[in-house]
Amino acid sequence: MDTIPYTFEEREDTGLYNAKFGIWLFLASEVMLFGALFSAYILMRVGAVYWPVGSETLNVPLGAINTVVLITSSVTMLLSWAALKQNNFGKFRLMLGLTILCALAFMCIKSVEYSAKFSHGIFPKENTYYAIYFTLTGLHALHIVGGIIVLVYLWGPGAKMWKTNPIQFTNRLEVVGLYWHFVDLVWIFLFPVLYLL
Amino acid sequence: MSDSHPKLPFWKKYIFSTDHKVIGIQYGITALVFLLFGFGLMMLMRWQLAYPEQPLPLPDILLKLFGDDHTRLPGGIMLPEFYNELGAMHGTIMIFLGVVPLAVGAFGNFVVPLQIGAPDMAFPRLNMASYWLYFVGGCIMLFSFFLPGGAANSGWTAYPPLSVIATQGQTVWLFGMAFLIQSSLLGSINIIVTIFQLRVKGLTFMRLPFFVWAQLITSFLLLLAFPPLLGAAVLQIMDRLAHTSFFIPSGLLVSGQELVEYSGGGSVLLWQHLFWFLAHPEVYVLTLPGMGIVAEIIANNTRKPLWGYKSMVYSVIFLGFMSFIVWAHHMYITGMGTAISSFFQATTMIISIPSIIILTALFISFWGGSIRFNTPMLFAITFLPMFGIGGLTGLPLGIAITDVHLHDTYYVIGHFHYVVAPGTIFALFAGIYFWFPKATGRKMNEFLGHLHFWPSLICMNIIFFPMLVQGLAGVSRRLYDGGIGYEHGQEIFALNELISWGAWFLAIGQIPFIINFFWSMFAGKKVESDNPWNATTLEWQTPTPPPHGNFTKEMVVYRGPYEYSVPGAKDDFTPQSEEHIR
Ligand code: HEM
Ligand SMILES: [Cu+2]
Repeated sequence: MDTIPYTFEEREDTGLYNAKFGIWLFLASEVMLFGALFSAYILMRVGAVYWPVGSETLNVPLGAINTVVLITSSVTMLLSWAALKQNNFGKFRLMLGLTILCALAFMCIKSVEYSAKFSHGIFPKENTYYAIYFTLTGLHALHIVGGIIVLVYLWGPGAKMWKTNPIQFTNRLEVVGLYWHFVDLVWIFLFPVLYLL
Repeated sequence: MSDSHPKLPFWKKYIFSTDHKVIGIQYGITALVFLLFGFGLMMLMRWQLAYPEQPLPLPDILLKLFGDDHTRLPGGIMLPEFYNELGAMHGTIMIFLGVVPLAVGAFGNFVVPLQIGAPDMAFPRLNMASYWLYFVGGCIMLFSFFLPGGAANSGWTAYPPLSVIATQGQTVWLFGMAFLIQSSLLGSINIIVTIFQLRVKGLTFMRLPFFVWAQLITSFLLLLAFPPLLGAAVLQIMDRLAHTSFFIPSGLLVSGQELVEYSGGGSVLLWQHLFWFLAHPEVYVLTLPGMGIVAEIIANNTRKPLWGYKSMVYSVIFLGFMSFIVWAHHMYITGMGTAISSFFQATTMIISIPSIIILTALFISFWGGSIRFNTPMLFAITFLPMFGIGGLTGLPLGIAITDVHLHDTYYVIGHFHYVVAPGTIFALFAGIYFWFPKATGRKMNEFLGHLHFWPSLICMNIIFFPMLVQGLAGVSRRLYDGGIGYEHGQEIFALNELISWGAWFLAIGQIPFIINFFWSMFAGKKVESDNPWNATTLEWQTPTPPPHGNFTKEMVVYRGPYEYSVPGAKDDFTPQSEEHIR
């Protein structure tokens, strides 16, 4: 009586295994976190005497490239999971590797953007516009970094599990994938709100 | 089947354990220590309120403990800054390190898996992480007392702009809160997944003990309400460390000076909205588990089913939803405008209905019961009127026009303490007395239990009722001299002395409990069966104390949670796992 039920297999009435249920709840809490910060954005903007136009202050082409990069990473993430489902470990490695590269590319571009601002002497304390810009994108970047760490683990040492417990390994990738898609989704909101509006 | 396990080394079994029962007990003991500590801070405050500007009658060595004389207690006399520190940390510790971890971390962890027939929580390692995040968060909070300028001193609500320009303790408070928020996030995910996924066969939602329902809704509140506070904490950390101006309005003068390092343009109300978006649901986090415990104990000791179980369940669900749209009733006097006030006033009146349904159902449950007045039951019964006073005194605070007079007075302090102290804390005591035999195999002593109960009940009322009176007379809260400087404070000032003596006697009243707790662990009366209270729910079908993995046979549930005194049955209780009525 001490194995925990539904660690791999789905429970009939919920249609989920435990970890998948858990990650959905976690994402719900993330929605609340970013939702709160988006509301802060709205309040800051409504209350501001003057609000800079995003497209004039931020680098829209770089932001757009980053959007494409992240969407690509979401696609490769999905493909790597599909590869595992098809028992194709080599393809999984390739696709997950591409996902990690995309994520790193995103971080590089983001840091180019940040350092351009810093070198012009623009820091979060400049005004409430930059304050919310740096806070939102910074928090998002932290999520990307967290994701990269987990992805690298699954690509490298964590992948050993494929030999011993393929079902659980596939589940793990699915759960991390859900998180990754969510982080993309946040960016898809952030980009127009901060860069275009 | 616990013997199929290799023997674990001590540190793995009791310190870094992944067993939900051990983690529950770890949570419980840590939280009780923090409760005692928060209580201690409050007793210092009560001296200052009863005898303002008089030196604390403590021996020199103890006074030295509070640091160098000049910053906190010159000549033993409490400085206002120190009072503020004590107040803020009393609130923070009581809520985030005491009551919630005890109600959710301890009881949720220990009891929920047992009541749903699960071998453990769904994610045992996350469960351990949750405890240790809580522990570290607590240590961070304690550590902040040693900083220059002391711990946080802007109240548990941490309102800006004061909190943004406050001493370093506030930054550390925010980081401490971040740990506590992550801890409760992991804990709540765990409880929800456990309840949905690990219920045994036959345990449908309408057969769940009410306690499990209460924990489920509580966990949803924690899951969804805490993240905005984390967001707000991030913004406040940015304001304090990166000098952004999320909460600093334009043209703010501090002691006649402009704040040069801030651009301004922020909004103090933003913090209040984000904070109360958490903190109102938090109020229900503080009370629902208590209601759950009380429901279990009342059903068990009246020997009959709860009256209106279904309406209680629907009420608690509805209450969970509603608690997300009442938050601005804490902000009537901020000038939000009457339209917004009216909206929140309406939702606040609506949300009082489900709580009243639950309370009423529990009251009616006594009707025709053959009541056993044991210690858990005494505390559980008392919960009802005490929580009732707390709830009813809340209504005038929920109506905008009366709140204008009452806001930020001692009436508010009296109101919510009735809810949490003789309310929730009594329920938690009831739970400890009730489930102690399951955890240890021994009952707590009844005589000491009475010696704990009666003084506590009397002192609680001596403390909190006069606070309502003071508040109605207009005495503000958070005054370091208790209102002696007020013209209109003179008449009710004498009450401060009474309240303070009540608080000290309350402290003495807890000694029987502490003795009882430790003494019973080793020398209490051994229980003769696994089900000493003749209860129906699944936790009593395990060996005592339950081994790793909890149940020794496959559990199947055939009936509702409270089948007491079923007509035709030989015993006056029919456990949920009993297929046929005997
Ligand atoms: C049972 C004994 C208790 C007594 C005698 C007591 C007394 C007090 C007093 C005198 C204040 C300060 C009032 C002021 O200066 O404005 C206070 C504040 C507070 N207490 Fe308690 N308290 C007790 C238990 C609790 C418990 C169990 C909780 C929560 C679960 C709690 C939560 C708070 C909070 C949140 C505040 C407000 C702090 C602030 O102003 O930021 N207290 N209490
Ligand atoms: Cu409220």
